[in-house]
Amino acid sequence: MNKNKWGFIILGLAIFVIGITFPFWYGKGKSTPPPLLSLDTPAITALTEKRCVEDTAFMRANHMKLLDAWRDEAVREGHRLYTAKNGRTFEKSLTGTCLQCHSNKEQFCDRCHNYVGAKPSCFNCHIIPGEVKQ
Amino acid sequence: MTTNRREFLKIAGASALTLVAPAILCPAWAKENVITPSRALTAQRWGMAVDPSKCRADCTDCITACHAVHNVPNFGNPKDEIKWIWTEPFASVFPAEDHTYQGQSLQKLRMPVLCNHCTNPPCVRVCPTKATFQRPDGIVMMDYHRCIGCRLCMAACPYGARSMNYREPRPFIAKINPDFPTRTKGVVEKCNFCEERLVKGLLPACVEACKEKALVFGDMENTRSAIRRLIESRFNLRRRANLGTNPQIYYIL
Repeated sequence: MNKNKWGFIILGLAIFVIGITFPFWYGKGKSTPPPLLSLDTPAITALTEKRCVEDTAFMRANHMKLLDAWRDEAVREGHRLYTAKNGRTFEKSLTGTCLQCHSNKEQFCDRCHNYVGAKPSCFNCHIIPGEVKQ
Repeated sequence: MTTNRREFLKIAGASALTLVAPAILCPAWAKENVITPSRALTAQRWGMAVDPSKCRADCTDCITACHAVHNVPNFGNPKDEIKWIWTEPFASVFPAEDHTYQGQSLQKLRMPVLCNHCTNPPCVRVCPTKATFQRPDGIVMMDYHRCIGCRLCMAACPYGARSMNYREPRPFIAKINPDFPTRTKGVVEKCNFCEERLVKGLLPACVEACKEKALVFGDMENTRSAIRRLIESRFNLRRRANLGTNPQIYYIL
């Protein structure tokens, strides 16, 4: 009886260890290719200098922080113009500024958000210009 | 060194010109900015005067304009109704002033009501996340990003000026205005005195839509503003002012 008990405990521990390490050994050696982000929109094609609000590296790493700051400054402080590091000014607006160039949300925003499992709630309220119901 | 009169005038003239220069040079930059601070309408304290006697019977121009501009949903059900501006009979707007012998003209009058943008707003005081806040120009505004849908503000507001989205509002918006966000399920919403229009130099949508000029919008602190002169010259009431909320919507009666 006593031996039987230890058997159950070890079996239980083994199942637990297998279960908790499952994602590591299951995913080993596999790689998911990073998403291809499309910049092929009419507004971006028309740009002479292909530059977002800030440079690409900064935007890739910090766009969420920038948008959070824009949100608070525009709504709470009423400061609606953003001056970029190179002196250009932009209206702090997701629909009015970001999505005017990146009008292909599905091929740009969504692809990367799905890849990293980010679920931003921006578009619960903010409108995607192409999707407006008439 | 002594300066003669001629020299002095030259210097004074040149100095005066430098004051005018920014206004002349400004349009060169202004083209690049969608919103220039110079174009925005600003005030020390925004307020509104309502002259209900000018309202045509059954007119809903202000409501239609406001609700179209701000993507206000219509759930088709009075229990879930979302209201930014709406009409109420005299007895509901001024319950303390209503009595049995009140004249028919007043009793039958329906008047537009909206958020009073109180100077001492109870909704701001009770909001646990500071989603509702008061701007320096008096506008009681909502930051929908922070609203957790607790509805304390709805309980605190003595005017019923706040509405809760019990359901996802987007399918119930007749025509979405792409220039203004919608709301989402679980947030409270209310009139924002069209702050998004003021910053572009436009008057509130309801004021602009009113053909009878029954709504007057302006700076209460500016002694020369149209609203201030109107309020000083005509008898007016504010809704439930005895509560101490110091409402900024003035009804001319």
